[in-house]
Amino acid sequence: MVNVSDSKNYKVIGTNPIRHDGYDKVTGRAIYGADVKLPGLIWASIVRSPNAHAIIKNVDTSEAEKVEGVFAVMTGKDLPQQEDQFIDHGEGTENVAWSSENIMATKKVLYKGHAVAAVAAIDRYVADYAASKIKVEYDVLDAVTNVEDATKEGAPILLDSLVGDHLGKKVKNTNIASITRHEFGNPDKAFGEAENVVERTFTLQMVHQGYIEPHNATAHWDEEDRIKIWTSTQGAFPVRTSTAAILKLDVSRVKVTPLEIGGGFGGKISVYLEPVVSILSKKSGRPVKAVMERSSVFQGSGPAPGGTIIVKMGTDKDANIIAAETSIKLEAGGFPGSAVGAAVQCVFAAYDVSNTRIDAFDIVVNKPKSAAYRAPGSPQVAFATETVSDELARLHDMDPIDFRLQNAAKEGTRRADGVVFPKVGNVEVLEAAKKSDHWNSDLGTPAAGRVRGRGVASGYWFNVGLKSTVNLAVNSDGSVVLVEGSTDIGGTRTSISMQAAEILGIGVENFRPSVGDTETAGYADVTGGSRTTYATGFAAVKAAESLIEVLKDRCAIIWSLDKNEIDFEDGTFFASKDPELKFTFKELASNLDNTGGPAASSGSVDLESAGGAFGTHIVDVDVDPETGKTDVARYTVLQDVGTAIYPAYVRGQMAGGAVQGIGWALNEEYYMKEDGTQANVSYLDYRMPTALDLPNIETIIVEVPNPGHPFGVRGVGEVPICPPIGAIGNALHDALGKRFYDSPMKPGRILNVLGKISD
Amino acid sequence: MHPFAYAAPSTVKEAVEILTKHGEKARPMAGGTDLLVQIRGGKFDLDVVVDIKKIPELNKITNNNDGLEIGSAVPCYKLYDDNEITKIYPGLIDAATLIGGIQIQSRSGFGGNLCNATPSADGICPLIVHSAVANIEGESGSRSIPVEEFCTGPGSNALGKGEILVSLSIPNKGKSFGAAYERFIPRNEMDIAVAAVASSILVGADGKISEARIALASVGPTPIFAKKASNSLIGKEANEASFKEAAAIAKSECSPIEDMRGTIEQRKHLVEVITLRTLNQSLERIEG
Amino acid sequence: MSIQKIHVKTTINGRPEEFLTDPYVSLLDALREIVGLTGSKEGCLDGNCGACTVSINGKIVDSCLVLAAEVDGQNVETVEGMATAEGLHPLQQAFLEEAALQCGICTPGFLVAAKGLLDNEPDPSEERIRHWLAGNLCRCTGYDNIIKAVKKVAENS
Repeated sequence: MVNVSDSKNYKVIGTNPIRHDGYDKVTGRAIYGADVKLPGLIWASIVRSPNAHAIIKNVDTSEAEKVEGVFAVMTGKDLPQQEDQFIDHGEGTENVAWSSENIMATKKVLYKGHAVAAVAAIDRYVADYAASKIKVEYDVLDAVTNVEDATKEGAPILLDSLVGDHLGKKVKNTNIASITRHEFGNPDKAFGEAENVVERTFTLQMVHQGYIEPHNATAHWDEEDRIKIWTSTQGAFPVRTSTAAILKLDVSRVKVTPLEIGGGFGGKISVYLEPVVSILSKKSGRPVKAVMERSSVFQGSGPAPGGTIIVKMGTDKDANIIAAETSIKLEAGGFPGSAVGAAVQCVFAAYDVSNTRIDAFDIVVNKPKSAAYRAPGSPQVAFATETVSDELARLHDMDPIDFRLQNAAKEGTRRADGVVFPKVGNVEVLEAAKKSDHWNSDLGTPAAGRVRGRGVASGYWFNVGLKSTVNLAVNSDGSVVLVEGSTDIGGTRTSISMQAAEILGIGVENFRPSVGDTETAGYADVTGGSRTTYATGFAAVKAAESLIEVLKDRCAIIWSLDKNEIDFEDGTFFASKDPELKFTFKELASNLDNTGGPAASSGSVDLESAGGAFGTHIVDVDVDPETGKTDVARYTVLQDVGTAIYPAYVRGQMAGGAVQGIGWALNEEYYMKEDGTQANVSYLDYRMPTALDLPNIETIIVEVPNPGHPFGVRGVGEVPICPPIGAIGNALHDALGKRFYDSPMKPGRILNVLGKISD
Repeated sequence: MHPFAYAAPSTVKEAVEILTKHGEKARPMAGGTDLLVQIRGGKFDLDVVVDIKKIPELNKITNNNDGLEIGSAVPCYKLYDDNEITKIYPGLIDAATLIGGIQIQSRSGFGGNLCNATPSADGICPLIVHSAVANIEGESGSRSIPVEEFCTGPGSNALGKGEILVSLSIPNKGKSFGAAYERFIPRNEMDIAVAAVASSILVGADGKISEARIALASVGPTPIFAKKASNSLIGKEANEASFKEAAAIAKSECSPIEDMRGTIEQRKHLVEVITLRTLNQSLERIEG
Repeated sequence: MSIQKIHVKTTINGRPEEFLTDPYVSLLDALREIVGLTGSKEGCLDGNCGACTVSINGKIVDSCLVLAAEVDGQNVETVEGMATAEGLHPLQQAFLEEAALQCGICTPGFLVAAKGLLDNEPDPSEERIRHWLAGNLCRCTGYDNIIKAVKKVAENS
């Protein structure tokens, strides 16, 4: 077993090879889910509720069935009946009955966009046309679209079957699915003794992951009752598990082939289309493809929750945080399961506080069922905590980074939900931020008519481990085939190969990595939770180590020696007693005939924990106080990545996550109308940053190796979305002298906070 | 989406025939960047889409001392790629470079933007302040109307059954004329205006404003020709004081609603701010 | 739905292409479903993301907002036309070297758009590049490496 080494004498790790899937992706050859072509393929179109909350009285598909070119129609009744049961799909558990209702409703629609029926037809245009002929009768009910309205007296109850767990008590007739409390020490007493106490209420709106590729799925249900699915997903195995559960089949009846995926960020873990196209395929006898329209992606997939968060923190006269308390209310959407549990783990993670209380509420509202979005729950609470932290720092006349350093969580600190930190790089990242060019440079002059301000904020994500498998096989030319099950959203097939390459002492260009399907790859949990380079990489390391043992065996046979007389170092196998007897990896590969068959190996992991990671961001904003227009003038991302295996792509995660956070802070939101429906269901009005809206994003990698991984890897993908909202709020305060407690900090809100308008 | 047929006539006469024959069930298409989205969204139920890009007059640009004539199918990029037009009509180019992004500007143009007749259109207010005229042809012959009379409601225009916009005529008002268009959007491109203003002034030899036009976008059911604000400038010096007064009056002439792009007060506030800015910029363009 | 199909004779990536299409089919769908070129991607179908960017007669457009019928007699270029038997287009090579893609779904659109810029303006400023590419959304990279890749090609030519 390789130990984490302080030496940086890696040959492959830390380099930036061209990624293995790169050529196909820049030439347009790569096959993404929507590109799949099969003989006899037909198209599906989905009918969705126009109402935010309604009882389904009747679904009449008769007119649609008559349209020429239609092969099949379905309603929610075509999905098998489910009892409430929970299944584990690798990044959480789901209630299958509710998942099935979410995929296609039978009794009630709980949000505009909730699927109620579907059609399969000869092409997409005919399918859409036929879908428009399906008539659904609704009994429209009042809708609630935020946590406050959903918990008011007399609020319409979304789910009759929901039994809330309120601090252990079972509660019926409620929209609050769960209430939890975590408490340590005596926060009330500590607040009483505090010199400064700041308590603020924050609101955030629902946002979407915004991946450019819409959801898609193609299925063929064959004569043997086996279903083949092709889809763009963050995990073929979880899709198999979920689809099999929804359709009440054994998992071996479902084969999932993951195609290239055009972005996920957590939103492409749950299944939406797979069971639908499977049923349509069964009914039509044809393979059926569905691709979501962009408006359906906003309204029918899994956005990230908004909510109301109260954070109260108190310091003693020496600026030590002695008490911290929070109430976190997040919107689950139409069915329970917001990210509030993860929010609890992150809210005070960056700080060492002895007296804490966290109250967390998972609340259903008439919006699409929320799903994971890059560190789910953490950006929301970071906005709150980092703003209060900034306010306290200023009350103590302290540099905000110094304030964080003084109160920094480190190895051994107990997190406010009870977990004790292993070795983590919070302090190292803060120190790097303090030393950074950005923090130490003058604000400079903003453009004419603008005022500039600077803000800083931190963020945390715990990252996950979970299960992965890697299989290796040696080709006679010295190349290595690597098959793994982690769908590759951003270069991981290469970062995984790099780790195996480092162990085997060969260049990564010798690898032929591929992402297998559920019948060719070993089991892997989702590509999510920042786990892929960490856990699947770990599995690759184990597979490579096993392969070395296999190859040592072969050398023993070739040289007629005992296996323990064979050594391996720096990519060379040699006889310990006679170093002249040696093979390079490539030489050995061509000499494997008659040594016992093809040389292959497997490595498998099931990792309990991962290296959590911290990030600190610094931002300068230029604001026009007359219009509220805000531009990011300068942005620096600092993050502890453990060890940067594939640095160009590590920086890519840092910059990409930061930019999503910038969009979240400045403009992105689900704008809800009076009738409970979303108004901005297009990229025109769901405003994500374009290239013209951003400066260069500077990235500074900090490495505090994770002792739990052979190369010290920590997950990097999710941390960078956590700090931006707080950092931008703090920067706006620095520029304008006013605090922001409501996100997004869009121009109208800035004018409002400045007192220039009152609506 | 109701399946539609495609026609691509090569003369105005043919286009008018098809449009007259099908009435509400046919629409002309220039760039298509609004129309196709609207058809797919169910706003229109058409039997035929009439591609007008093969009609030579509709693709023509004529630029001489008297003025500029732009065919209704001319896309934005053809205007801003032309150095002369860019020099003489910067107030129009302000809009041409703002409608959508580069991909949209390769296809969309002032003609379609005007016919689409949304209050938030970037192209209409600049045309109004340039005293542009819309040249129309139909079964009963041709007619011309000032652009400020073209939009009759949100999404509706003054074209009768079978009529088609052929071109836009913009007079050249010489070197003492300056115009500017500015819109407020939350990002830096690709957004629909929250509020926008086009202004133009003509300054006489005596240094006083002899003509002024201010037009407001996104703050009413149609683009608004702010006549009171415009008239308040006539006979005044072109300076901060008169501009500020005009801006305040422009604010009172708008009637915005609250929607996903902005609130009422926000839009009114922006009208005042941007009117002042565009008047200043118009003056700079005369002096520069 | 018996509407007369349109016979389109066009040039795609330098080669003559001929096909029959329903008149209401977009150029994007015709490329992907009829001609078989799936490199241009669908992201939004309303001209706001640029994933479907192709070039018509040298001008970049959103192919989701063009009817297939409209390219009769025109010259269409897609991402599939950028590499040749001799190798990748410099932009494609630069995108790989600069890690200008993560999931890659926006990449074809960016490549065609960037080519549209550099073919006419060989030495654009960074501001100009960002402005030109504002019609192409990327949700993964934050754009820096894309801009770097385009600048690299501009500087080397």
